[in-house]
Amino acid sequence: MQYCGDFRTSYEKDAVVFQTPFIKVCMALFLAGLLALPYLLKGEFMWVALQIVIASIGAVGLNILTGFTGQISLGQGAFFGVGAYTSAYITAKMGLSFWLGIPAAGLMTAMAGMVFGIPSLRLKGLYLAIATLASQFILEWIFIRWEPVTGGSYGINVPRPSIGGYVFDSDSSFYYIVLAIAVAMILFATNLVRTKTGRAFMAVRDHYISAEIMGISLYKYRLLSFGISSFYAGVAGALYGHSLKFVSSEQFGIGVSIVYLAMIIIGGLGSIVGSIFGAVFMILLPKILSLATEMVAADFPSIARLAISFEQGVFGLIIVLFLIFEPDGLAHRWKLIKAYWKLYPFSY
Amino acid sequence: MTTQYLLQLVISGLVIGSIYSAVALGFVIIYKATRVVNFAQGELLMVGAYVCFAFLVQMHVPFWAALLLTVVFSMVLAFLIERLILRPMIGEPIISIIMVTIGLSLVMRSLVTAIWGNDILVYEPKLFPQDMVTIAGVPISQEFIWCFILSMILLAVFSAFFKFSKAGVAMRATAFNQQVAQSMGISVKHIFALSWVISAVVSGIGGVLIGNINGINSSLYHFGLKVFPATILGGLDSILGAALGGLIIGLLENLSDGLCKSYLNLSGVKEVAPYVILVIILMIKPYGLFGTKEIERV
Repeated sequence: MQYCGDFRTSYEKDAVVFQTPFIKVCMALFLAGLLALPYLLKGEFMWVALQIVIASIGAVGLNILTGFTGQISLGQGAFFGVGAYTSAYITAKMGLSFWLGIPAAGLMTAMAGMVFGIPSLRLKGLYLAIATLASQFILEWIFIRWEPVTGGSYGINVPRPSIGGYVFDSDSSFYYIVLAIAVAMILFATNLVRTKTGRAFMAVRDHYISAEIMGISLYKYRLLSFGISSFYAGVAGALYGHSLKFVSSEQFGIGVSIVYLAMIIIGGLGSIVGSIFGAVFMILLPKILSLATEMVAADFPSIARLAISFEQGVFGLIIVLFLIFEPDGLAHRWKLIKAYWKLYPFSY
Repeated sequence: MTTQYLLQLVISGLVIGSIYSAVALGFVIIYKATRVVNFAQGELLMVGAYVCFAFLVQMHVPFWAALLLTVVFSMVLAFLIERLILRPMIGEPIISIIMVTIGLSLVMRSLVTAIWGNDILVYEPKLFPQDMVTIAGVPISQEFIWCFILSMILLAVFSAFFKFSKAGVAMRATAFNQQVAQSMGISVKHIFALSWVISAVVSGIGGVLIGNINGINSSLYHFGLKVFPATILGGLDSILGAALGGLIIGLLENLSDGLCKSYLNLSGVKEVAPYVILVIILMIKPYGLFGTKEIERV
């Protein structure tokens, strides 16, 4: 139970991750629910859950860069690809273990991210967005043309991970691996934003000239932010590749970058919880749309046909409506709902 | 590699470049007046091309009337976009504005595919004569020349508009400082609407030209993405820069593609060359050839 008013008397208390025992219990229940998920969901829905967890990693990564450091990146999709191809090359072509492939994918992507983040030292806002857009197209082109490594337009078949003799072949067993990695990485991100580094990121975002005057090295923290964010993207991309068992260049187009940006904007910029909300929303949305189309398809085939070609349009429309009517994202709405129930029924 | 081949590359590069210039001009007009980065510029071109196709081919309207109707349609569309979508976004951070135009571009793209499908459609009857003319020993189709001349006229007209007309001066004043412009009796809201309308008309005409040369299909919006190299090269808020930037990008793209194909045996350089150029410009001269350098003071 949290009382009305704020009783925190030290900075340490203010920075605690779980503020009250009640929240700890809630988080434990939530985690238990996630662990039980494979027993509740079947087939296609398990696949959706798996994709949501993977997307959460990528969205949290992008939020570190865009939400916390204020550097707009339109290249997340390509960084995703760098991770996926690295892990695919290591596991499928070199025959090494998945457990080596994932960290290697993260590190490789972090390096690529830092290289393409170099323009951020001089550029910001719009110019940086355009520079990352260019890196998206350049990387995409490399994916298609560098055939010895990427398999060109044929792609690469990727194995699922295994320990000893046990292969994590089903979606539900692979889900546990992904979940473990995701929980670790999201906890790391939650802690990151409480540390000196995270605060430096936010200072750079809020007013970079002031931040520099306060002794924060812009170069160091902007590049670091690119590196960390790309590490997340790389791991998420690698997991995505392993979940599909196949990697090809079409999976990492500009559309993916847009989906990820949409996730963090719909979820809430500069909020870890928001990134996860956004990931859930953006992965569920096409699923719900296609389910709805299927239901209508039996009765009104012409509407269904129109709806299929308009799926991207609905997606765009939702982005536009969200930005106009809920610019602070789902995380903000979530906060309002929580505040409402905390004081219910005496809201004043 | 013959001189003739080289000339051919240069000429087709300039023609495509002139379309880039037209789209870049539209982009710069919006950016200059409203500071909105329009990721839906290519879609405005695409909508223009398809609407003209609908009037010309599907409804058998004569070309001049179809062009006029397309212009009117683009005006209404741009006015609605500005009013309903961009107006509520005033004062929002740049990332929201970028996302809202991206969302808009997705909506427009899928509306166009929902109505007209994915196939290549060809303008009938052809506006320009089809036979080739020979310049300096190089055969060039007349459409190319017409397309180039028309887009250059378009650029000249709008440069003159900005320089001499009252509305053009008001737009420049707004771009320079919105508050001062407002206190001088310029309606900033009207200027915002006007800049969207002009931009859509320019892009729409660009779309009609492209439709006359190549036919149209649902990947026309790619022209919108080439706007970024062109405008960054020319300077984001410079009309002259947009015109030159578009031409140079078209030229470089075609030349690098042709040269890599014949010397390095590397195909598909066309898709990536503009972006490599873009990154290089951003590294060495981020405000482009004619752009205003932003100076920040604490």
